[in-house]
Amino acid sequence: MATISPSTAEIIRQSGAVPGAEYLLEVSNVRKTFPGVLALDDVSFRLKRGHVHALMGENGAGKSTLMKIIAGIYTPDSGSFKLKGQEIKLSSPLDALRYGIAMIHQELNLMNYMTVAENIWIRREPLNGFGFVRHDEMRKRTKALFERLDIPLDPETDVRDLSVANRQMVEIAKAVSYDSDILIMDEPTSALTEREVEHLFKIIRTLKAQDKGIVYITHKMNELFEIADEVSVFRDGRFVGEHAAADVTRDDIIRLMVGREITQMFPKETVPIGDVALSVRGLTLEGRFRDVSFDLRKGEILGFAGLVGSGRSNVAETLFGVTPATSGAIAIDGKEIAIKNPGMAMDAGMAFLTEDRKESGCFLLLDIMANMQMALLRHGYARAGFVKEREIEALCQQQKARLRVRTPDLEEPVLNLSGGNQQKVLIARWLMTRPRILILDEPTRGIDVGAKAEIHKLITELAGQGVAVMMISSEMPEVLGMSDRILVMHEGRMTGIVDRNDATQVKIMELASQ
Amino acid sequence: MATDISTAAPTSETPSAGRRRLPPELSILGVMIGMMLLFEVLGWIFVGQSFIANPLRLKIMILQEAEIGIIAVGVTQVIISGGIDLSSGSLVGLTAMVAASLAQTAGFTHAIYPSLTGLNPIFPVAAGLVCGLIVGFINGWLIAFTNIPPFIATLGMMVSARGVADWYTNGQPIGNLTDSFAAIGAGWWPVIIFLAVAFVFHIALRYTRYGKFTYAIGANPLAARVSGINVERHIVVIYMIAGLLSGLSGIVHTARAISGQAGVGVGFELDAIAAAVIGGTSLSGGVGRMTGTVIGAVILGVLTSGFTFLNVDAHYQEIIKGGVIVAAVVADQYRQRRRKGG
Repeated sequence: MATISPSTAEIIRQSGAVPGAEYLLEVSNVRKTFPGVLALDDVSFRLKRGHVHALMGENGAGKSTLMKIIAGIYTPDSGSFKLKGQEIKLSSPLDALRYGIAMIHQELNLMNYMTVAENIWIRREPLNGFGFVRHDEMRKRTKALFERLDIPLDPETDVRDLSVANRQMVEIAKAVSYDSDILIMDEPTSALTEREVEHLFKIIRTLKAQDKGIVYITHKMNELFEIADEVSVFRDGRFVGEHAAADVTRDDIIRLMVGREITQMFPKETVPIGDVALSVRGLTLEGRFRDVSFDLRKGEILGFAGLVGSGRSNVAETLFGVTPATSGAIAIDGKEIAIKNPGMAMDAGMAFLTEDRKESGCFLLLDIMANMQMALLRHGYARAGFVKEREIEALCQQQKARLRVRTPDLEEPVLNLSGGNQQKVLIARWLMTRPRILILDEPTRGIDVGAKAEIHKLITELAGQGVAVMMISSEMPEVLGMSDRILVMHEGRMTGIVDRNDATQVKIMELASQ
Repeated sequence: MATDISTAAPTSETPSAGRRRLPPELSILGVMIGMMLLFEVLGWIFVGQSFIANPLRLKIMILQEAEIGIIAVGVTQVIISGGIDLSSGSLVGLTAMVAASLAQTAGFTHAIYPSLTGLNPIFPVAAGLVCGLIVGFINGWLIAFTNIPPFIATLGMMVSARGVADWYTNGQPIGNLTDSFAAIGAGWWPVIIFLAVAFVFHIALRYTRYGKFTYAIGANPLAARVSGINVERHIVVIYMIAGLLSGLSGIVHTARAISGQAGVGVGFELDAIAAAVIGGTSLSGGVGRMTGTVIGAVILGVLTSGFTFLNVDAHYQEIIKGGVIVAAVVADQYRQRRRKGG
């Protein structure tokens, strides 16, 4: 079948003709790779007219990637698209919009310094004969749109003055304003209160009644059963199954989400667990997480599991003094300490490998040696301000050999290294400070399998030497394979600590998605 | 530092540890020499004499850039840390007034402070330097603790410091300075001072903790903070050093002119930034070397004296100088893009 162009599709849509295909959208055999990662492997997906289709899966299962492909943001490596039975090809988000596919992003894409109306009609402003924008007309259209959706907002408000929930409403109104047949919502309720969620669901039901198809990505089980007609489950970039929401239970879904075999072997060794190195009681950072308590012992690896945004990284940042706690107590080796900045945490024997290599880890423009020594410099290695170059260089060479950083020499800018090698440089930075408590936030994210295994081995080794390790990870096999105990968080609260022997994927997932 | 790699125990995993990187200054040094040769050729064609083989011209050329160069040493460090300092030129005017007011000859009846005349030059110099430190401290404190962009903080200071300089004597110049004070600006002293501070901070940037932290903050302030660096305190120190050096430049200028004037130093900040940028310091922070800045300052001097030597109209001089600065930044962007690509 010949593909139809976006503009033809736009004309057909505006004519009001309704082709009689049962499925609004059929996507088949989509494959997408990113450098070093197979993000989607032979995935298929169908969306019915007038239905809400939920997508579920763990972090990194491929839901968002698939939706971004449907919205024209990513181009798939292979696969076919059928819109109402017609073959189409998407090459940009604009194409998708013209085909009638609109996406509401998880991270809001509004322009803060423009009004609500300007945001909604951007690129489509009503113009007068001289090419000037007709603000009155724009306001009228916005009012009409808001009335249809029952959104009580003034079109003339600046977006920066709106609450997150109201911005979400504006995003939804904007997507609806394209008169799209297909609306993609990526975790739309993550920032909404219960009442606002109710409002959103009312809007969704209105849209359903208008025969639109809605793709709804969520982590929340109760929402799934309240609003969705179908659910598709993804796991590790693969499509696992499609079910009518009425036919499945919560447990079924969790089983589908995590039901993978652990094929990867982890070099976990049982080592003697020592005294409590870090004791945390009632740790709270207002607005991020509250009442987190745990003990971390020497030689222990404490895994931190939970969905992205559940507050795991915030706990780590607070422990290390990047964002000091608003209340709660931290004790190191039995001595209570108020950690106000990273320097204090380092002096107390802590080290913190941050989640985002590029943003808060590497000095990309500087060479490997400069990157490795930066934390060490706090602990001396300078005489009268002059850095002891020789000694530091010897230490760097030692770390480079130990961690097998693949580089010709230490003067290579870190920018030129692969993700895995950059990560090793950062790990070296912290190992050189000989920490007694090591906090690792996603230590193996985005790096290749070989480097991953090396880092896992290293973590085990360090635990064997009596280092207390706190390891945040979104990769379930990693958490289960490496940890002695697993602390699970959900929406800023800890929902449980599971012992290694009792830990299963299902159990962790249940705690993480209450 | 670069040569130490051969003395460290080479492991089997460093197959090409001997691979030499050419210092990035070589290319701008080449530009500088090329420019001098160009003026030499043009000189023989249009003026009928040598550009280079004229010691007096060379001296003037270097002297006029020494004051800019001293400022550029401080500004280079500010830019490496990811900031900018627009207040240096005004600070030259302010320190000129403060220093001159304490350097007047004994018994001069119209002295600003009649009881403080005929002082040892240590006093006016110290006063000027302290003045620079205070202004630098205010700059640094504003930037580190109020989160306003360095551009805005130092722009405000640029206007205010000039205002203080004017207010100091209601715009009246301060004359009758002592010979011992004027000696600071005589002969080769300005050049010696410039090269000395450049050398000191070259060493500081490359071999001390202060220098390493400066690069780290410029390359990634968040990562610097997580690495335990007290970023705020360090930023204050960097701006204080920049203020100190601007003050020093103001003292040298006053001594050379043997008069304190509130209006001096206008545009010095931009010339100093230009010298740093031409010398390869990246405005996005984390990259830069003192040797490059010294060459950058000399290039500006070569341009000015070369055009004067060729009797090129002053307006054309400015136009071409502007072009050279932009070309330097374009070349820098190009280098960065290539580095990221490869």
